[in-house]
Amino acid sequence: MIYFIALIQVICMQIKTEEVLSDLIHKIIDISGTNIWKCYQCGKCSAGCPMVDFMELLPHQVIRLAQIGKWKEICEANTAWICAACLTCSVRCPRGIKIAEVMEALRQVVLRNRLSNKRLNISEERIRRLPPIALISAYRKILE
Amino acid sequence: MEISYYPGCTLKVDARNFEESAIDSFRELGVVLVELARWNCCGTVFSFTTDNVMYHLAPVRNLLRVREAGKEQVLTLCSMCFNTLKRAAELFNKDAEKRDKILNIMKDKEPLAYDGKTRVIHGIELIRDEIGFDVLKKKTGENLKGLRLAPYYGCMLLRPDGVGIDNPENPRAFQDLINAMGADAVSFPFQSECCGAYQTVEHPEAVVERARIIINSARKAGADALVVSCPLCAYNLDQGQMDVKSIDSSFETFPVLYFTECLYASLGLGFREEWKALHYAPLEGVLARIRRETTSKLIGAAPNKE
Amino acid sequence: MKGTPPRKIGVFVCHCGKNIAGVVDVNRVVEDISRLESVAFAMDYKYMCSQPGQAMIQEKIREKGLEGVIVAACTPNLHEATFRKAASKAGLNPYCVEMANIREQCAWAHQNDPEKATRKAVEIIRTMIQKTAEDKPLYEGSIPVLKRAMVIGGGVAGIQASLDIADAGYEVILVEREPSIGGHMAQLSETFPTLDCAQCVLTPKMVAAGTHPNIKILAWSEAREVSGYVGNFTVTIERKASGVDWTKCTGCGMCMEKCPIKIPAEFDRGLGVRKAIYSPFPQAVPNKPVIDREHCLHYAKGKCGICQKVCEVGAIDFDQAPEIIKEEVGAIIVATGFDIYPKENIGEYGAGKIPDVIDSLAFERLLSASGPTSGEIRRPSDGKIPETIVFVQCSGSRDPEKHKPYCSRICCMYTAKQALLYKHAVHKGRPYIFYIDIRSGGKNYEEFVARAQEEGVIYIRGKVSRIYQSGDKVTVVGVDTLLAKPAQIDADMVVLAMAMVPKEGSDDLRKVLKITADKNGFWTEAHPKMDPVGTTTRGIYLAGCGQAPRDVPDTVAQASGAAGKVISLFSRETLSLDPMIVSVDEELCAGCGLCVSVCPYEARILDEKKKVAIVNEALCKGCGACMAACPNSACIHKNFSKKQVLKMVDALS
Repeated sequence: MIYFIALIQVICMQIKTEEVLSDLIHKIIDISGTNIWKCYQCGKCSAGCPMVDFMELLPHQVIRLAQIGKWKEICEANTAWICAACLTCSVRCPRGIKIAEVMEALRQVVLRNRLSNKRLNISEERIRRLPPIALISAYRKILE
Repeated sequence: MEISYYPGCTLKVDARNFEESAIDSFRELGVVLVELARWNCCGTVFSFTTDNVMYHLAPVRNLLRVREAGKEQVLTLCSMCFNTLKRAAELFNKDAEKRDKILNIMKDKEPLAYDGKTRVIHGIELIRDEIGFDVLKKKTGENLKGLRLAPYYGCMLLRPDGVGIDNPENPRAFQDLINAMGADAVSFPFQSECCGAYQTVEHPEAVVERARIIINSARKAGADALVVSCPLCAYNLDQGQMDVKSIDSSFETFPVLYFTECLYASLGLGFREEWKALHYAPLEGVLARIRRETTSKLIGAAPNKE
Repeated sequence: MKGTPPRKIGVFVCHCGKNIAGVVDVNRVVEDISRLESVAFAMDYKYMCSQPGQAMIQEKIREKGLEGVIVAACTPNLHEATFRKAASKAGLNPYCVEMANIREQCAWAHQNDPEKATRKAVEIIRTMIQKTAEDKPLYEGSIPVLKRAMVIGGGVAGIQASLDIADAGYEVILVEREPSIGGHMAQLSETFPTLDCAQCVLTPKMVAAGTHPNIKILAWSEAREVSGYVGNFTVTIERKASGVDWTKCTGCGMCMEKCPIKIPAEFDRGLGVRKAIYSPFPQAVPNKPVIDREHCLHYAKGKCGICQKVCEVGAIDFDQAPEIIKEEVGAIIVATGFDIYPKENIGEYGAGKIPDVIDSLAFERLLSASGPTSGEIRRPSDGKIPETIVFVQCSGSRDPEKHKPYCSRICCMYTAKQALLYKHAVHKGRPYIFYIDIRSGGKNYEEFVARAQEEGVIYIRGKVSRIYQSGDKVTVVGVDTLLAKPAQIDADMVVLAMAMVPKEGSDDLRKVLKITADKNGFWTEAHPKMDPVGTTTRGIYLAGCGQAPRDVPDTVAQASGAAGKVISLFSRETLSLDPMIVSVDEELCAGCGLCVSVCPYEARILDEKKKVAIVNEALCKGCGACMAACPNSACIHKNFSKKQVLKMVDALS
């Protein structure tokens, strides 16, 4: 019986008001300057994303989870860290949500709160091969 | 005509061919690029955060250098520099609160306050808006005749809307440029799809996939070479072919050129031997088809729009 | 209190359930107001607009001999008319009844501050006391009604409205811009949810309109100028030069057959061809051709003239000039209809450059038995029968950022229909529909969508990001949001369910009619709920998609509604005029003419002899623009005089 109840909790997602209104979610809204509540889940961002094949959550899922305050799920997914900030999602979003900006805000919240020990995982040989434009932009988008 | 020129980091190292071909080609077209006496990294990417102006100091300092040189316009060749500088210039002018913060931080180190008057333009815009595609067309002759070139816009030349040089979903500036150079522009479906950009550092596996798709799309469209305007695109799509080959042995290399290298060749200047080493995909096939007609008839016919 | 009005005024404070009483302390309001000298009586009640509430007001008017009444309740837009009517039954001139808005402008606006809201309610009522004290009894004027209507636009809305009015016995002039009536409905294949053929249900109505003794069709014509007012409009119509004398033409069609010039046909959305002399479709009403001067060889080079040679009745008249016609009518129905948002505007969907990406109206032509392919579904690029068709809903709709913010309302249904008809026509064919939400509100609509799904139309929930040509296929890049996976389909053809937009030229007509349109260009109704067929100009009514996107049943219903309004108007010999308008004090007026230029309703003229401005009482709406402009204060708004307004301001403590 106890096992059964535990199983239900795993399957059924609890939507909790305190999560929906959490500080971390509001930080994302503030830093990105975009109202995530405008999203109507059409998925155009995910449809056009060039990096989507490598993402654990699709961009529209990240926005959805943010709407209902599921910070942990968003934070654990690699989506924001795969984003290449190409802005395809942002220019095509019918509701004007700046999705790439939300991804950056997400990274910033993680980095500023030291929620991850992110380091660039790269060999010295590759560093020598890479042009400065690649290293600087990766550093600024992913680590700074 | 003289114009202030901001090179950015990579044009001084891995993309010397981009800079050298641009300087010589523009001189041929009557425009002298005057490199800013002092400049710093633009930051390469525009920061999307709304709560930290520190990220914008680097680009704004460069905009100030342009004003210090007594100019109101600055040219970039690299799409990423273009995007970062232009967006910073817009932010400075549109957001009074951030402008005041930026000026306040800068005032200790900078004797002159930036007045918001610098306009940032990209090399393709210079040709389209100042020189004119029709003028270029008259100067290029038949050096690239029959060459089918696929313009690769990438992201930062087009997005976001209003910052880019053309309509982000249906652009034509790059095609027009290629046609004006006397080659045939080949539009292809992936011409403005991202190459993966800086993820080449963290997620090379994703970027390899992008490079394969983009190059094969251009090849399928019948192009002889891909033309780029960004050193990061060039790295991912040209040097990146080394990695594509390692995952897909059937992949054949495909030439990738900077638009200024094409411009240089179209003006009858040929192709410099030392640039070849900066390319990965062999260029012989393409270079063999470039004619090198004397430029003497062209010199002296420089446009004078001023 | 100084300078209290001498009049006996009654104040009736409404609770509006909890709407007002939940915030404003109504007892205290009555208490405070009762203390004022000019207030002969004050009371509060739960719902003043209710029957007992109105009866109470009437009773107190009689009992206390009230000379003015203030109802402190909601906005005058809602119930001013109600209370004025009630008061007049008790013998009080209705224009001595005023509303003090303590709901929208007080209780609703200050829900969190009851104390201040209560004080504000008292202030609002005090200002209205000052106004009411100076209110004069006013009497409505009257104007005659010309019982003849004009309908602008000959689509299904215009046809239905014309038939209804004509059947009621009144004359109708139906003005149509194209060579034939019929509108977009004539282009459709079959109609949802019953799948009856559009032509089969429409053409009888077209013929009925064409042959009705009370209907005069002016095709190939446009309204250029409208003057006058309700019951008395004068419309100037330009009958464009068709190059054909329609009084002689028998509609035999020989000219069209022999004309050597072929041009993509607008009626077929460019998928078929027409001649330079053409009528848009075989069932056209009137069935007379027009010459397209841009493409006709005679006009371009002075050559050809074949049509003239083959016409047995000598109807071709190359030198025909446009004709200006003036018509007097009592009412106008605007049924201008819609256009399809151009697919060229959506760059990521190919910007109109991919031949096998077509809009939904073009697909209707492919499905139509009378279409360019005689109902066979063949794709434009190579005539191949497509084995896979992807339908993309919300192409331009529900996209406030780049395109149109609204839902075009009919696309969900016609897309289901088109997919189903395609499945019926091409048995092996695979229809896929990318959608965001399925909106199938309407009689038997949901059942129809279910039928399409059951019959094998595959719905994919997600918006398409990009469409591009790859070889002889068209690649559609989308997403299945239900599975959270990117979804890509290589299709033979793509149909874009483009947004509906107001008919091109609506904005010019708006200026001609002096009616208003919303930010998307659709006509604004007099009231979104209570008067959806009226406009802010009396005597001008709306029908069809010019007001908002809607389907055929709703369009026909609204057209009959607009016709009903016109018939009701025509059932009276005269109309009463609102007396709350402006008059000119001729002694103060210097005849400067400023008011003539500022009046938005053209209700002013200058009497050159007397050098004074004259008000056309039928046109004046009492907006007060002239009062603001007049340097001599010669314009006096009845019951909104300068004196009243200044006293109202003074009353604010």
